[in-house]
Amino acid sequence: MSQTRAQDLAAAYALAPGAWDEMRNASGEIRPAWARFGRVLERYDETALEAVQRKTERLLRESGVTYNVYSDPRGEHRLWALDPIPLILNEDEWAGIEAGLVQRAELLDRILTDLYGRQRVFKDGLLPPEVVYAHGGFLRACVKAPFPGSHRLMFYAADLARGPDGRMWVLGDRSQAPSGVGYALENRTTLTRVLPGVFRDCRVKRLSAFFRHLRQSLADLSPSSVREPLIVVLTPGPRNETYFEHSYLSTYLGLVLAQGDDLTVRGGRVWLKTLEGLQPVDVILRRVDDHYCDPLALRPDSRLGVPGLVEAARRGRIAVVNPLGSSVLENPALLPFLPRLCKVLLAQEPALPSVATWWCGQKSERGYVLANLERLVVKPIHRGSGTGSVFGADLSKAELESWRERIRARPDLYVGQEAVSFSTTPALVQGRLEPRHAILRSFVVGGDSGYQAMPGGLTRVSTGPGDFLVSNQVGSISKDTWVVGENADQHSSLWLDAATSQGLPGADAPLPSRAADSMFWVGRYGERLENFARLLRVILARLSEFDEFGDAVYRRALGQLLPALTLASGTGPGFVGKGHASRIANPYPTLLELALASDQPGSIATTLNAMVQSAYAVRELWSADTWRQIEQVGDNWRHDGVNPTLDRESLRRRLDALLSGLAGFSGLTLESMSRTPAWVFLDMGRRIERGQFLCTVGGACLVWPQERTVDSLVMESLLSVSESLIDYRRRYRARMRGPEVLEQLLFEAQSPRSLLYQLAQLERHAESLPRRSPGRGLSEPGALLLDASTGLRLARNAIVAEAGRSTAKRDTLNEVLERTGELLRRTSDALSRAFFDHLQTSASLSPSPGAVR
Amino acid sequence: MNYRIVHTTHYRYESPVTLSHNEARILPRNTARQRCDRAELQVVPEPQDRAEHEDYFGNRVAYFAIETPHDALEVTAVSEVHVAPLGLELAFGSDLSWEEARAQLRHGLAAPGLDARQYAVASPMVRPDASLLAYAAESFTPGRPIVDAVQALNRRIYTEFEYQPGFSTVATPLGTILKHRAGVCQDFAHLAIACLRAHGLAARYVSGYIETMPPKGQEKLTGADASHAWFSVYVPGLDWLDFDPTNDQWAADQHITVAVGRDYADIAPITGVVNGVGVHSLEVSVDVTRLEAGV
Repeated sequence: MSQTRAQDLAAAYALAPGAWDEMRNASGEIRPAWARFGRVLERYDETALEAVQRKTERLLRESGVTYNVYSDPRGEHRLWALDPIPLILNEDEWAGIEAGLVQRAELLDRILTDLYGRQRVFKDGLLPPEVVYAHGGFLRACVKAPFPGSHRLMFYAADLARGPDGRMWVLGDRSQAPSGVGYALENRTTLTRVLPGVFRDCRVKRLSAFFRHLRQSLADLSPSSVREPLIVVLTPGPRNETYFEHSYLSTYLGLVLAQGDDLTVRGGRVWLKTLEGLQPVDVILRRVDDHYCDPLALRPDSRLGVPGLVEAARRGRIAVVNPLGSSVLENPALLPFLPRLCKVLLAQEPALPSVATWWCGQKSERGYVLANLERLVVKPIHRGSGTGSVFGADLSKAELESWRERIRARPDLYVGQEAVSFSTTPALVQGRLEPRHAILRSFVVGGDSGYQAMPGGLTRVSTGPGDFLVSNQVGSISKDTWVVGENADQHSSLWLDAATSQGLPGADAPLPSRAADSMFWVGRYGERLENFARLLRVILARLSEFDEFGDAVYRRALGQLLPALTLASGTGPGFVGKGHASRIANPYPTLLELALASDQPGSIATTLNAMVQSAYAVRELWSADTWRQIEQVGDNWRHDGVNPTLDRESLRRRLDALLSGLAGFSGLTLESMSRTPAWVFLDMGRRIERGQFLCTVGGACLVWPQERTVDSLVMESLLSVSESLIDYRRRYRARMRGPEVLEQLLFEAQSPRSLLYQLAQLERHAESLPRRSPGRGLSEPGALLLDASTGLRLARNAIVAEAGRSTAKRDTLNEVLERTGELLRRTSDALSRAFFDHLQTSASLSPSPGAVR
Repeated sequence: MNYRIVHTTHYRYESPVTLSHNEARILPRNTARQRCDRAELQVVPEPQDRAEHEDYFGNRVAYFAIETPHDALEVTAVSEVHVAPLGLELAFGSDLSWEEARAQLRHGLAAPGLDARQYAVASPMVRPDASLLAYAAESFTPGRPIVDAVQALNRRIYTEFEYQPGFSTVATPLGTILKHRAGVCQDFAHLAIACLRAHGLAARYVSGYIETMPPKGQEKLTGADASHAWFSVYVPGLDWLDFDPTNDQWAADQHITVAVGRDYADIAPITGVVNGVGVHSLEVSVDVTRLEAGV
C-alpha cells in the first residue's frame, strides 16, 4: 500500500451529496474551526492514523470502558467505540448554541416546576393537559414535592444535529437521568493520551470547569451545612447498560456509588447502609429511571428502588437529581408547544429550533400526520411504551394503513415528525476519512449561579454511510467534541473544589455494605481460583509422570488428589460421586471440563467470571492498574475459549498464565490498597477460602494413611499446591514425613499459607471491623475464630503424634479439620449477617383485594 | 344519612419483618355530597413514623413506617361520615348529548372540567380498545343525552354480566371480563370506565362502602359488610355523577366514598413494602352502621 499523506487524506474525503459537512464547506474548503486540526492531521499519514486508532482501542480496553448491550451475544460488556477524529466547533458558533441550550433548559425547568406545582400552563391554555396525562412520565405521587435547588431540572441533555441549512436543531430532550457525561470525559481523557500536544495546539476548551460546577451544584443542594454532604450516585447495578459511567463518575466526582438496597428510609429520611451503620444521605444523583425509584409509591414490582423515597422527597428531606417525575419532559408531543411557551414563560424567542412535530391529539395536526404518513417519522410520546420510531418511508401500503389505524385509535399517544437529514463529519474508517452522519449530545447543569453547559459533549456517528439511525443500543461510534477558540483555557482541576467546600478533612468516604460484600467475594473467588489452578496443575504433573514412568504410585496418588479437587471445587459427581471410578481411570476429559466449561458451576471459567463480576460491582474501588489486571486475567482465559482438544501441556501453560495473572492482582492489592475496611473484607474472603481449602484437601488426602511412597507423593503435591514445598525443603531437607508435613501445612506460624496463620489473621481482622452491637466482648465472627484457632492449637500435639503412625485412620486430624472448616463457614455467615445489610430481601404486599357487594 | 364505618385489615407475615413502609387510602374524603366528620387510623404495632397527605386526586393518604421487628400488622380505620341525598339535578337530568359533553370536556380550561380531563385518558388498568368501544357503542347512539346513555350502559352491565366472587383478581384484564361476562364490582367499574373513555368521556373509579341490609328477620352480622367500588362520570354543568353497575343504581346516600382515582391502582386501600418474604394471610372486615340523626 502506498503511503498517503494526511493532506491527501483530507483531499480524498468525499462529501456526501446534499448534506452539510462539518469539516468542509460546499466548495471543498476546510472550515476555519478545523484549520488547526487540519495542520495536525498533516503530521499523520495513513499508517500513523491507524496506529492512533489502535492505541485508542487499546487504552479503552485497558480502562475497561464498556457499554452493556443486553441482547449482545458476545456477552454483557461491549467495548466503547471511540473514533479519534473529533467533531470540532468554533467558539463563536458554540456561544450561540450554548445560549440556546441554557435557554431551553430554563424553559423546560419552568415547565417542569409548573407541572408539579400550580399547573398554570394548563389553566392558561398553553399546553393541552392530555399531552401530559397521556404520558407515563407524569408521576402524580411527586406533585407538590419540594425541591431545595434553584432549578428542578438540574441536569439536562439535548441531542443536537445540524440540518442541511447549517442550523443546529434539537432532536430530543433528556431530562430524568441523562447519560453520556462520563463517556464524554473518558473520550477526552483517552484522546489527550493518543494525540499529545494537539489540544494545546488546537486551543480546545477544557471540560473540568463543567464537572466542578456539577459537583458544587450537587453539594449546594444539601440541607445540612454542618458536615460534609453525603452524595450518592444511585445505579441500577452492574448489569445496566451505562454502569461503567456510573462507576466512573462517582469516582471522578468523589461520590458514593449505591444501589437501591444500599439505601433505606427511616424516620422519613434516606440513609446509606455502611459498615459503620446507617449514615444520612443528603443528595442522590440518580441513574435509575423515575418509575423504578420507589416500589411503595411508584412501580410495586421494582427491585431497583428505595421504599419510602417519594415520602422523604415530599418532606424535603432528600434532594433527588433530577427530581422524580422529570421524565415527563422526555415527550416529543411537547415540542410543538415550546415556541409559544418560550414566548409566554420567558418572554423570549426560542434560540434553538426543534424538529417540526405534530401531536396527533389535535384534530388538524392528526389530519396532517395521517395524510403525510409516508414521509414522516411516527414516534410514541413515551419511550417506555414498547415501540420506537417508525419511518413512514420504510413502510408498505398495508403497514401505513395499520399505523393509521393505531393513531386513530389512540391519537394522544403519537406524534408525527419531519424526517430530518443531518450533517456529516469525517470519521476514521480503516485509515481513511469518510463522511458519517453525526448527533451531538450536549449537557447542561443548573446551580445557584445559573445553568452552565459542557463545552463540547458526546458526539455519536452512524456506523454506515448514509445511515441516520444513531443509538448506542444499535451500535454507533462516539467522538470527542471540541470547542476551539483563540485563547487556550487555564488548567483547572476538580481538586480545587475541596478548598471551597465546607468539608471536614480526613474522614474516609463511607463504605456501603454492598461494596464490602463484593470485596469479600472477590477475595474468596480469587483465592478459590488460585487453589483450584494449583491443584489442577499438580494433578496434570502427576498424570504426565504416570504416562512417562507407568509407575502405579502415581496412579494411586491421583486416586487421592482427584477426589480432593472435586470436593474443594464443589463440583460433584466428578471424582467422588456416581461413576467416579471410570473417571479416575481416565481423568483428563473431566479435568478439561472443570477448567473450561463456562456453564458448569464451580469450574475455573465460572469462578473467574464470578470474580470479575464481583470486582466490576465495586469498580470504583480499584486503582486503574488493578482493574486492568482483573480485566486481563478474565479476558485471557475467556479469549481462548472452550477447546475440547486442548492438550495437557497447553492446559498447563494456561494455568501458569492464570496463576501469574492472579498473583499480579494479589500483589497490587497488597501493595497499593490502603488497609481500609474494603481491603480487610477482601483479605478476609481470601483467608476464609484458603483455610477452608486446607481443611477440605487435608481431610480428603491425609486422614487415611497410604503406602509410604504414595503418601510421600501426595504430601509433596499438597505442599506444592500450598506454595510451601520450598519452605518445607529448607526446613526438613529430604524427609517427607507426616508429622513435619502437618506442622508445615497447619501450624507453621511463619508461613502465610498455614491454617493457623489464616485463623490468626482473620481474628485480627475481625477485631478491626467496626462494632455494630454494644458490648465489649468478642464479636460473633471473633468468637467463632477464637474457637477455631484454640481448637486447632490444643489438638496440635495429638495431630502430630497421630501423623507418625502409618496405619490407623487419623481421627483427631479428621475431627479438627472438619470442625475448623465448619467454624470458617459459620464465620462467613456471621460476617454476612453482621455487615451485609443490603441482603435483606423486600416484598411488596399484595394490594388488599377490592371486594363484594 | 350518617354512618360509622370500621374497616380492619389484618396482615400476618411469613416471617418477622424488620422494616415496613405503607400507604393507606382508607380515610374517607369529602365530596360534594359527603362530609367526613371524624376519621382515625389505628395501627398495631405502633409505627415509628407517620404522616398524612392529600394525593393528586384529593384523597387522604396515610403513610406509616414500622421499624421494629413484627410478624403481623393490623390497620383499622374508624370514621363517621355524613352523606346527603341526591339533589334535584338528576331528577331533571341534562339534555346535553354525549358528543357535546365530549367536545366541552376537551376544551374546558376552568375547574372542575380541566381536572376531569385526566380521567378521559387511558390509565394503567383501564385502556379502552376496539372491543370495548364496540360494546359501549350500543348505548352511545348519536345525539343521546349523556346521562341517559350512561344509565343505559350501567343497566346493561348489571343485566349482561354475572356477579361472580372469585372469578377475577386485581390483575385480570378487562378483555377477560368482557369475554366471560362475569366479574366483581371492581371489574364492572373498570369496564364502565373503559367504555366511557373509549367514547372520549371522563370517568373515574370510586372506592368506598355500601350500606347493606340483613335478610328479613335476621340480625345484621358484625364484619359482614365489605369494601365496594363503582364509577363516576363527568357531565359538564352537572359535575360528577356516580353509578353502581353492580347494583344497577345511582350511587345515592347508601354509598360512602373513600377515594377516587383513574382506576383501582391509584387508590388501592393499603399498599406496602416489607423487608422479608411476604404476606402469609390477609383478613379484612368492614362494618357500616347507620347512626341516628344529629351527628
